[in-house]
Amino acid sequence: MKYYDKLIFELSRPGRKGYSLPKNEYGTDTLAALPGALKREEKAELPEVSELEVVRHYTNLSSKNFGVDTGFYPLGSCTMKYNPKINEEIAAHPGFLYLHPLQDERTVQGALEVYYNLQKILSELAGLEEFTLNPYAGAHGELTGLMIMKTYHSRRGDEKRTKVIVPNSAHGTNPASAMVAGLQVVEVKSKPNGSIDVEDLKPLLDDTVAGIMMTNPNTLGMFETDILEIARLVHEAGGLLYYDGANLNPLLGKARPGDMGFDIMHINLHKTFSTPHGGGGPGAGPVGVREGLESLLPNPKVIKREDGTFSVVNEDGALGNVSSYLGNYAVIMKAYAYILSLGRENIKNVGPMATLNANYIKENLKDDYLLPIEGVCKHEFVFDGLKDKSTGVTTLNVAKRLLDYGFHAPTIYFPLLFHESMMIEPTETESVETLDEFIEVMHRVAKEARETPELVKEAPQTTLVRKLDETTAAKNPILTYKALKQNENGSC
Amino acid sequence: MSNRYIPHTDEDIRRMMKSVGISSIDELYADIPAEVIFGRDYMIPSEMSEIEIRKHFDELASKNEKLTVFAGGGVYDHYAPSVIPHLLSRSEFYTAYTPYQPEISQGTLQYIFEYQSIICELTGMEVSNASMYDGATAAAEAMFMMVASAKKKNKILLSGTVRENVADVVRTYASFRGIEVETVDEKDGETDREQLLAKLEAGDVAGVLTQQPNKYGIAEDFSGVADAVHAAKAQWTLIADPSALAVLKTPAAWGADIACGDGQTLGMPMQFGGPYLGFIATVNSNLRKIPGRVVGATTDVDGKRAFVLTLQAREQHIRREKATSNICSNQSLMSLYATIYVALMGKEGMIEVNRLSSDGAHYLHDRLLETGLFTEVFPGKPFLKEFTLATDLDMETLESHLAEKGFMGGVVVKPGTATFAVTEKRTKEEIDKFVETIARLAAK
Amino acid sequence: MSKILENLRYSDSHEWVSLDGEVATVGITDYAQHALGNIVYVDMPEVSDEVTAGEDFGAVESVKAASDLISPVSGEVIEINDDLDGQPELLNEDPYANWIMKVKVNDPGEVSNLLDAKDYAKICEE
Repeated sequence: MKYYDKLIFELSRPGRKGYSLPKNEYGTDTLAALPGALKREEKAELPEVSELEVVRHYTNLSSKNFGVDTGFYPLGSCTMKYNPKINEEIAAHPGFLYLHPLQDERTVQGALEVYYNLQKILSELAGLEEFTLNPYAGAHGELTGLMIMKTYHSRRGDEKRTKVIVPNSAHGTNPASAMVAGLQVVEVKSKPNGSIDVEDLKPLLDDTVAGIMMTNPNTLGMFETDILEIARLVHEAGGLLYYDGANLNPLLGKARPGDMGFDIMHINLHKTFSTPHGGGGPGAGPVGVREGLESLLPNPKVIKREDGTFSVVNEDGALGNVSSYLGNYAVIMKAYAYILSLGRENIKNVGPMATLNANYIKENLKDDYLLPIEGVCKHEFVFDGLKDKSTGVTTLNVAKRLLDYGFHAPTIYFPLLFHESMMIEPTETESVETLDEFIEVMHRVAKEARETPELVKEAPQTTLVRKLDETTAAKNPILTYKALKQNENGSC
Repeated sequence: MSNRYIPHTDEDIRRMMKSVGISSIDELYADIPAEVIFGRDYMIPSEMSEIEIRKHFDELASKNEKLTVFAGGGVYDHYAPSVIPHLLSRSEFYTAYTPYQPEISQGTLQYIFEYQSIICELTGMEVSNASMYDGATAAAEAMFMMVASAKKKNKILLSGTVRENVADVVRTYASFRGIEVETVDEKDGETDREQLLAKLEAGDVAGVLTQQPNKYGIAEDFSGVADAVHAAKAQWTLIADPSALAVLKTPAAWGADIACGDGQTLGMPMQFGGPYLGFIATVNSNLRKIPGRVVGATTDVDGKRAFVLTLQAREQHIRREKATSNICSNQSLMSLYATIYVALMGKEGMIEVNRLSSDGAHYLHDRLLETGLFTEVFPGKPFLKEFTLATDLDMETLESHLAEKGFMGGVVVKPGTATFAVTEKRTKEEIDKFVETIARLAAK
Repeated sequence: MSKILENLRYSDSHEWVSLDGEVATVGITDYAQHALGNIVYVDMPEVSDEVTAGEDFGAVESVKAASDLISPVSGEVIEINDDLDGQPELLNEDPYANWIMKVKVNDPGEVSNLLDAKDYAKICEE
């Protein structure tokens, strides 16, 4: 196939069109009557292209992308599982597609029932009392959850609780969300296996602590074995426990955050419940709370009335609003369809098979890759680069070489606890044959690193574009077609 | 154990357990305290086949009603070109993650670059990010940008003509971050100019938030606002309808520092509230304050044109609690939606869609006045696809009666008034029927 | 081995200071620029800003890292190095010739509390 790198603007020809609109029946031109001061002076320089040109352009772009449907995507902490097609079909159901969010509630009973049912299912899966599905993403869920935490304390008149404890192994989003929620971050140290150091935690637990944010299993894929002790300590100190649902997948069928003592959590529907990642979004980050905190959940809320009908309500006790309406609604439909597809019979196997897959890769690669933490992992694990450090081949080199072999790279240089972190998460939807292929390629790359290190260092070789000049991109940012054209003309 | 999404056969599991060195799956969970192990089945529905799932959603859908929509309130029943869902269902797009590996993500990176270019064309701004969650959260993030730029000042002026659902989110975000939000009252359906200027002069203002068109559908005249805001060493965010910006004076031309808003009007199906996208664009001097993902153009080692996530050092995964925002994703697929929509509609179609909507809205406006049931509340104020009229009718009751007749319209934004919207999807015949239905219901 | 100049004072967060009367010139060290890699942006304070010893006054960004600039002195910013605006790479080329800000210090004595070249060298070796 030929190489294609045109921008849609470059296909544009004056007078060409790709739109279809009805004839104007009104015989007026009300735009012309707008006061001059309000009007746009020059037309926006938007593309003028035919429908086929649009279709071909974006089809060509799609072929420059790698998705889960293209190949194995062992991106740690991202849970890149298969995205069932029935979910997409359901989300496009014409019986839902044309509903206005402010429609009379009697005309949207089915839509509200979906929302309500998923709230209830997530509550059961999490071991918590109630969920809101309004947050748009994991980070948005974190923010909402921390707002709940802060409001819980301030409603009790306890204004001095302004600190939230975050392990230094946490995802960077945790401290950023705390800052946006107006809380100060206090770091707690991790032990070498990434678990929270209880002895380091104890002195931090005073009456200024609003709570703690934890990811369990943590970012090294290890379960926090001291969780019950930590929950007891934090609760005794008057704080709340927040569960970052980024790593929920391995626990499906085996353990529930609510049973571990967590008070608030978010779930990434685009990870655990297989709504697609969409190239970065839209996702959804529902937030659940234990009994006693329900009233703080953000507005609007969906409730079931005694007569079995559903209503959208705004309650005074809520912390406020974090979204325009009821979240990324179509994403909620997909997650609901996915959970129904698995049902109670299969959902309990999700965690165990994801965990088995991760351990299988780990055990079969630890001869060539440095495994800093021995023992059983959960859904993911971290290598600290190649075992043989003498070749000078880095984690980045290995990641890029994997692209040449048709695999997506693992998450690299995270967590920050190791210099050459390489975080691998296979998910339960991959077959043992796919894992075997990946293991074989990883061994081959390790062999190349020993025998022909330059080959690995210059990777990728076979991708459509190769190593990019990121320094110039950051130093002299070109963010639009207009700026690109100016830059290209200027440099001629 | 095998299921269509979980491929493990009993034989696979045996082989894998042997390789891992365990004799039961429970050993993988031996580190979890026994009292935490979940020992029963979840109380959730039993598994469904695809046939049953389709049937289930058909049943749910039968409890919904598709109405002929004459309402807006920030979400409009615009036409969605057939091409878009086909292209969006290319799974190379929707099953990809954030484009961290640019060598195999040029598709995503390029459409985001095109999206940023389109947002800048529509708003007149110099830089755009890769999109936010929705218009309301984008406005909240714009507020953070203004406060960050003002360094020590902490007060935001929020116009009373900004839509309530946007204002609610802005106020919620502000309250947690300790930002003071002061409302500027409305006057004759517009931001009270004198009050705005007085509050600016009183000092300590970091930024101003206004909306175009506003919650009544009125296109406000912002002449002079930029000068007053900048004289007070503050910034100005104009929340705008991106579709309407094809015909209305751009936020940049008004002199605003930040433009943001909801992308739903770019042909996105209403789908009960989402997903849509929020856009945010700004002037060059605010470049480093813009939240979220940004894509830039560059070249690869062979000199080929390529695109890459850039300015990442601002972001949460590097800066942690020092980042401007906690957002770590965008509404990527919806930014592709917006991009394809604008590419199809093009330079002329974007104007045509506004004209059809505006002509239709003015027609409805006049027909409603003719019924004698409505009167002008903001006479002479210019509008495009949405407008507000005064009425003595009990709109809440009328709304539900209209729904029974298959219509939605007349949202109550302010007591004693009703707000209507018309898009290019509505025909003159539908408008006539809608007006007749209102007249008939009112006569009862 | 990174370059350390004898006649300067240093902070443990890798800024250098040279004092002339009551004006302190501040920059980042060779060690710092090396650790960051290709610098793409310098977030600088504005003239007349007050800076406080131990608190950040800006940041330096490379492609995938960012580091706060911690002021080694307290006082008022009287000049910033505008050259860095368009050419942040100057900090990579010669971090000692390319200062970041000049501060009129409240207490010139404060500077003598900073590390000398010998002690700073020890920090870099750790």
